Amino acid sequence: MNIGNKSLPQTAQSIPTKKRDWIGIFFHILFICSALVGVFSLATIVWFLFSEGLPAFRQAGVLDLVFGDLWLPPALFGIFPMIVASLASTIGAVIVGVPVALFTAVFLAELAPQWLANIVRPAVELLAGIPSVVYGFFGLVIIVPAIEVIFNIPAGNTILAGIIVLAIMILPTVITISETSLRALPPVYKEGALALGASNIYSIFKVLIPAAKSGILTAIALGVARALGETMAIIMVMGNAPAMPGSLLDPARTLTANIAMEMSYATGIHASALYATGIVLLVFIVILNAVILYINKKRAY
Amino acid sequence: MLTRKTQDKFLLAATWAAATVTILFLLWVVWHVLSNGLSFVTWEFITSSYTRIGEASGIWPMIVSTVYMVVLTLSIATPIGIMTAIYLTEYAKPGSKIVQVIRFCIESLAGIPSIVYGLFGMTFFVTTLGLGFSILAGSLTLSILILPVIIRTTEEALMAVPMSYREGGYALGSSKIYTIWRLILPSAMPGIITAIILSIGRVIGESAPVFLTAGMVTKIPESVLDSGRTLTVHLYKLTQELFSQNEWDQAYATATVLIVLVLFLNLITKLIATRYAKKSY
Repeated sequence: MNIGNKSLPQTAQSIPTKKRDWIGIFFHILFICSALVGVFSLATIVWFLFSEGLPAFRQAGVLDLVFGDLWLPPALFGIFPMIVASLASTIGAVIVGVPVALFTAVFLAELAPQWLANIVRPAVELLAGIPSVVYGFFGLVIIVPAIEVIFNIPAGNTILAGIIVLAIMILPTVITISETSLRALPPVYKEGALALGASNIYSIFKVLIPAAKSGILTAIALGVARALGETMAIIMVMGNAPAMPGSLLDPARTLTANIAMEMSYATGIHASALYATGIVLLVFIVILNAVILYINKKRAY
Repeated sequence: MLTRKTQDKFLLAATWAAATVTILFLLWVVWHVLSNGLSFVTWEFITSSYTRIGEASGIWPMIVSTVYMVVLTLSIATPIGIMTAIYLTEYAKPGSKIVQVIRFCIESLAGIPSIVYGLFGMTFFVTTLGLGFSILAGSLTLSILILPVIIRTTEEALMAVPMSYREGGYALGSSKIYTIWRLILPSAMPGIITAIILSIGRVIGESAPVFLTAGMVTKIPESVLDSGRTLTVHLYKLTQELFSQNEWDQAYATATVLIVLVLFLNLITKLIATRYAKKSY
């Protein structure tokens, strides 16, 4: 650093002197070690998940565990009702939430006056920051009783309640990423459509949305991941009965709820079955990530 | 068939309706909680301990546990996250095998549902390492959970630092580490602080992995090896036993505190973003 002290100008090659920069090397190694923490964490998590979960698969049989209808620990470990509940609540949330989110994203990216977008956008960010237990609480005090009244059933803790709460919870994820991908489109797309005489709305829905398709699909996939992984809000509104749900107005227990509700007291093969539940959940997430990867590979135009 | 004009009008109306629905839901959630809870958030409620029965129940132990959890989690995850980001942006050859592996792992960590972290944390930190249900076990679990957020946000902040800063630093004969410490990190600071605030929000908001690792004891934790109940876990427990009006009031008041915290964190992030935006132009 004290270049001024050196009397003669040096050539480029001689600047790294023999006095090896030990501090630099130390930090370089430190940074590499930090970067490897994530790698080791993932390896440990995956290793634990499988080494703890495999005994349940081995004892109950993969097919009986995944497609079994009865969850009666420590005798029977069928998690098919939970798979159905997880998929039903997630797909329902997507059907209800994604159209609203997508239209809101279009509104923010293309149609809203600047001042209004500047109010709505922070509001959406706020929606993302609210803890899931608060959504669960809201669902419990507003949505569950409303379902009881509307459908005239004794308990409103149903898949439908879960769907509504999850639909609200995936809004910010889907809105933000869809909006970003709409904004990322080159302006010539819209200018071209307008120049051909298309109306503003027509060019948005027939040119921009198809063009941003991969970004929007990624947004939806991330929304699905959030809905699939959500735990506490679901526990609070869905009733948690580990039985096969017959309709949207039945209580149900998702894969995540199964883990959260029983882990704190489970032991032995019961705990192992909860790990197996985690493995099944992770398989869904891996499939979802593969879909995202595939979408984004195709995007590389 | 509808004419194109009617179609346009319909779609335009749909976008306005959707945005209105989004805003209304947000306002509804926030307003419902605040209007029912704000009057119960008294100084007494915030500063007194939890007694389970009677009027005097407060949330002070939960606030202390939450603060413990935030501080400890950040002091574990922030240095590791920032150093990882520095390695990825300043040291590693972009696209090299090791970078690909590290990125793949970080992305995978970000995709794992939080309940799986709870499952893992409970077996690994609580049982295998023998930490018991403790703030430390909870913080270690949450540290892994927030690592991807910190790394990604910090990386973006580092990459936004102009190349000329680095060149300038090296041209003056500064070592790499000196350049990073004195030039790159300070100019990436607003981004790094944003990453930290985002993580604070995550730590406050998580509940499932927390109660599986830190437990739900309602006493004020005396050390990081004590169990503690965070605010979100407390709200969850309260909703499991909503019998008397007093319990309802407590649940609303706790939810109010959580929402106010989130509002506050959002506000700080906004302030940093605007201040930084003004500075750089």
